[in-house]
Amino acid sequence: MSIGRSRTAVPGFATPVVRLEGLCLSYGKTRALDAISLDLPSGCMVGLIGPDGVGKSSLLSLIAGARAVQDGRVEALGGDMADARHRSRACPRIAYMPQGLGKNLYPTLSVFENVDFFGRLFGHDRAERERRIGELLESTGLAAFVDRPAGKLSGGMKQKLGLCCALIHDPDLLILDEPTTGVDPLSRRQFWDLIDEIRQGRPGMSVLVATAYMEEAARFDWLMAMNAGRVLATGTPAELLAQTGTATLDDAFIALLPQDQRSRHHAVAIPARDTRHDDVVAIAAAGLTMRFGDFIAVDNVNLRVPKGEIFGFLGSNGCGKTTTMKMLTGLLEASEGTASLFGRPVDPRDIETRRRVGYMSQAFSLYSELTVRQNLELHARLFQMPDEAIAPRVAEMAQRFDLAEVMDAMPEALPLGIRQRLSLAVAMVHGPEMLILDEPTSGVDPIARDALWQILVDLSRHDGVTIFISTHFMNEAERCDRISLMHAGKVLVSDTPAGIVAKRGSADLEEAFVAYLQEAIGGTPTPAKPASVPAAPAAPDRRHEAASARRIFDFRRMLSYTRRETLELSRDPIRATLALVGSVLLMFVIGYGISLDVENLSFAVLDRDQTTVSQNYVLDIAGSRYFVERPPIADYDELDRRMRAGEISLAIEIPPGFGRDVARGKTVEIAAWIDGAMPTRAETVRGYVQGMHAHWLTEKARLLLGPKAATPAFSIETRYRYNPDIKSLVAMVPAVIPLLLLLIPAMLATLSVVREKELGSIVNLYVTPVTRTEFLLGKQIPYIGLAMLNFLLLTAAAVFVFGVPFTGSFAAFTVAALLYVTAATGMGLLISTFMNSQIAAIFGTAILTLLPAVQYSGMTDPVSSLKGAGAVIGQIYPATHFITISRATFSKALGFGDLTGSFLPLLLAVPVLLTASALLLKKQAS
Amino acid sequence: MRASNVLNLGVKELRGLQRDPMLLLLILYAFTVAIYTAASAMPETLNKAPIAIVDEDRSPLSARIAGAFQLPYFTRPQLITAAEMDRRMDAGLDTFALDIPPNFQRDLLAGHAPTIQLNVDATRMTQAFSGAGYIGSIVTSEVNEFSQRYRAETVVPVELVLRARFNPELNKGWFGAVMNVINSITMLAIVLTGAALIREREHGTIEHLLVMPITPVEIMVSKVWSMALVVLVAAAASLIFVVQGLLRVPIEGSVPLFLAGTALHLFATTSLGIVLATLAGSMPQFGLLLMLVLLPLQVLSGGMTPRESMPDIVQVIMLAAPNTHFVMLAQAILYRGAGFSVVWPQFLVLAGIGAALFTFALGRFRKSLK
Repeated sequence: MSIGRSRTAVPGFATPVVRLEGLCLSYGKTRALDAISLDLPSGCMVGLIGPDGVGKSSLLSLIAGARAVQDGRVEALGGDMADARHRSRACPRIAYMPQGLGKNLYPTLSVFENVDFFGRLFGHDRAERERRIGELLESTGLAAFVDRPAGKLSGGMKQKLGLCCALIHDPDLLILDEPTTGVDPLSRRQFWDLIDEIRQGRPGMSVLVATAYMEEAARFDWLMAMNAGRVLATGTPAELLAQTGTATLDDAFIALLPQDQRSRHHAVAIPARDTRHDDVVAIAAAGLTMRFGDFIAVDNVNLRVPKGEIFGFLGSNGCGKTTTMKMLTGLLEASEGTASLFGRPVDPRDIETRRRVGYMSQAFSLYSELTVRQNLELHARLFQMPDEAIAPRVAEMAQRFDLAEVMDAMPEALPLGIRQRLSLAVAMVHGPEMLILDEPTSGVDPIARDALWQILVDLSRHDGVTIFISTHFMNEAERCDRISLMHAGKVLVSDTPAGIVAKRGSADLEEAFVAYLQEAIGGTPTPAKPASVPAAPAAPDRRHEAASARRIFDFRRMLSYTRRETLELSRDPIRATLALVGSVLLMFVIGYGISLDVENLSFAVLDRDQTTVSQNYVLDIAGSRYFVERPPIADYDELDRRMRAGEISLAIEIPPGFGRDVARGKTVEIAAWIDGAMPTRAETVRGYVQGMHAHWLTEKARLLLGPKAATPAFSIETRYRYNPDIKSLVAMVPAVIPLLLLLIPAMLATLSVVREKELGSIVNLYVTPVTRTEFLLGKQIPYIGLAMLNFLLLTAAAVFVFGVPFTGSFAAFTVAALLYVTAATGMGLLISTFMNSQIAAIFGTAILTLLPAVQYSGMTDPVSSLKGAGAVIGQIYPATHFITISRATFSKALGFGDLTGSFLPLLLAVPVLLTASALLLKKQAS
Repeated sequence: MRASNVLNLGVKELRGLQRDPMLLLLILYAFTVAIYTAASAMPETLNKAPIAIVDEDRSPLSARIAGAFQLPYFTRPQLITAAEMDRRMDAGLDTFALDIPPNFQRDLLAGHAPTIQLNVDATRMTQAFSGAGYIGSIVTSEVNEFSQRYRAETVVPVELVLRARFNPELNKGWFGAVMNVINSITMLAIVLTGAALIREREHGTIEHLLVMPITPVEIMVSKVWSMALVVLVAAAASLIFVVQGLLRVPIEGSVPLFLAGTALHLFATTSLGIVLATLAGSMPQFGLLLMLVLLPLQVLSGGMTPRESMPDIVQVIMLAAPNTHFVMLAQAILYRGAGFSVVWPQFLVLAGIGAALFTFALGRFRKSLK
């Protein structure tokens, strides 16, 4: 441990590990970094301190090469990070752990699989990987959990796993972005001990850490304090304390802030609480328990909070704090036990109690699409405040929470501290008697935190509001009237902060908490203590790494992504099943649905003649399988009404005297009305009626004029080829296969990339040696495999269920399918390069695949018949060519030789789509 | 249920939509560009049908027949040899190949009743049937005109006068335009409400609502009315400006009556969107579910192919889908000019399906919040 180690001179400045010159970064109009010029010493532990949103994460991501440099210069490990060649040389020597618990991990993969994935990315062979993973997991105490999915680890364990993944390739520069935020004090302590041990083993390694916990920063070698995109001060912790003449880094930081920000700071004053009304119980819980399946999230919690008290709930992420709060608010129904607010049992249907409670959830949960004012007004209205009271109340809140200047801004544009104030204002707008606040200060800077606390204290002491608050900051816990320490769903102890410290006999609250945690875990003081410090390879063997990093295309790296994607796919069976079963289901729907055989058409007759001749004419139609006769029509009104209602598709009117006139050879006209509302159907009806009329005429002529007259002058013999029975199924099913093999694989491929963007693991593409082509191909391969499985399934269904004969070369069909699904997933990848959110990806893929495939690819109308833009799209769209091949191999008995014209465009589409995707995909965040 | 809560929450939904340019762009696209392109790309039943002629006769009559095939119904006939015919049809270059045998004209005039062979690629169902009919009548009239110069014909004097009502030219674009409006209405109603609910769940705002004095019914009704209103306004504008204005499709019946029917349909489909959102665990699953539900709704509702030609079981099942009744109602009002006295059964059924879906969605919604 290096606490209190005082160094006036840091040796690493002779060879700085990072040099920054005039570095600026903007997100739209917001300036995140403002002209930073600085050298960071090598071989030591450098800390970035400062509240959230001052640019710490942006700076670290620039140094790691995860974000593109906009303006200024970043040098890391002796080269320019804007230079792609230097980046590809340097990135195997840099390890980067982004902010957020397990952000760059894959939650469905096990501990071992996660580390293994990174090992493969860095090109280690099997023996090397197994040795390294074994050592790392042993030393971090994760060895017992190798098979547990990363998503099911506690916060502290996730961070240790992240560290393993970062250390797998022996980096020279380790960059950690807030690695301990939201982790319990015990795990935090273990984490830093681990880092110290690793540094002892590898003295040359430089470590760059951002943190919001000032007490952690005290043990670093060298610090840079940041505020509003600028560097406030640099130096060793001792130097900073000496410079400001303060005792703690918290105070030192406040002293370093500019005058106007500093002047707003007041130490929180907590008057003693009036305990006369302690018999009025605001919150009571008895035996509160919550089970999710086998997992017990909250175990037998008992609480009694009197009116007006500030009650603190302390514990690490995932220990059950939030679940308990949700049960108290009625959001979750307790599995066992009871809870009551103001003496009334919690009941989700109890609207009256809800009016008396204000709740602020952990994640920022206001409407980001509404302005600050609209948010306040909406909530005031929803709490049914009288209209005339709303405006003054909103103004009062704005003034009290210092929001007046931002009333018309969108919440997303505001710094976190102000957003948290807004959340609190919203929770308060209806003047509740109780506030339930879930980590309201996480990510808020010290000054804003103190201001928020002052408001809470005033509410409690002046207005008698009961406050139930959760936090993981110890200095906040000390301000509560009473606190509960929680771990793994159990309340370890409940008392006043001073009482807990006294009971344990420890120096401060943190010590006491750690002691309670260790007791609860039941192990030795440091349970995960490494049995063996990593066997510190003095000179790590970089020969293979260097060789593979230089390679433009490395199979091992590509297969690493393939393996990972396959594992993820196999862990999410719903997705794969929906894709496979769904496509077969859709094939049935479309196969039977898009029927072009028009039968059972309804018709009716307005027979004004009523002779045997007219009846004979009608019989001809009624007797065919295409038509079904409905009751006859009496007059024009009825004809009109029945056609408008869509009851009949054809109406035939036979004029009076029809039979007589035919016999006399006088010209007569039969009128036929067709319902034209559905043109295709109308065309077919027209064809049928004309045919039957002609047939009737021939018969009649034969009857009247003798057989000689009936002999036609010539005849047309029509051969319906490829589909002699003219069945819709034979025509449609081979076209449905290409349609489905486009829609679903494209959708899955798009989402596979966009998910990584949305969830953050895309950063592994940015900072590891994997190239864009390896990344794309690696991710594409499992979906090609799934699509080919889908292809076999659909083809089997077509042949064996639908009974469509397959006459051509199956080999040709399969090869074409392989090319086609590669193109389809390639289209998905191309679309994914434009999309940033999953919902946009779903919309985009649906629009860009469904319409062209259904309407412009020759599924129903041949491409040569299309007009306008549709015709152009149809010519180049891959589905067009695969539909041709599919129909040709199914119905026309063709093979490779006959179909070169259709294979060529598919062969061309694959490299074009992949190259375009690789060029458009960004290797850095911008 | 309090009307003021429903109103306030609905207005919030509308404000949210207003701030999402991507979604607005999608709505705009779905009701303008998509409808215009689809309606104008849709060919007539016979538009540039590719035809080839094997002329083994090389007589004035065979030349006359070849000259009778003209744009826009047919492409200019390719004159090919008998050997080329199979290869070209295999490759899908021609839908039709007409084989005029040697000595056709001579045999015809001699009364030997020669035979012309017409080859049709029957995998192209849409053209195969009507195209063969057209070709038959074109060839017959050419041959008849030619032969009438040489001998008189005897015919029975009964003429069939065919008139297509509601769409006299059987213009497929008219049909396509309105059917695409219907498809867009269904798609957007499901997507907007479903995605809005999933978004609230992912952002955690739904919990926020539930600790306030608001009931699940109020949340659901507010989503239903606001999203339905958006789609209704977009559909009305699309019908008036794109379909009637730009595409010049005549609308027979009453647009307000149609919009009233649309409102009922939206009641049902927005509820369906909520059901899907409660079934899907995540946005990707919602995406796949959407495909699985939307496609059958569109394909089997009778808006694409006639209901009569579907298997009975499919017809019966699809009676439970709101789209089926909406398509019936839309065709009756918009094309056939039917009034309320004709379409009231569809209104009734839609209201019933809507109420059932809404009740089911409410149950699912309450359950999913637990």
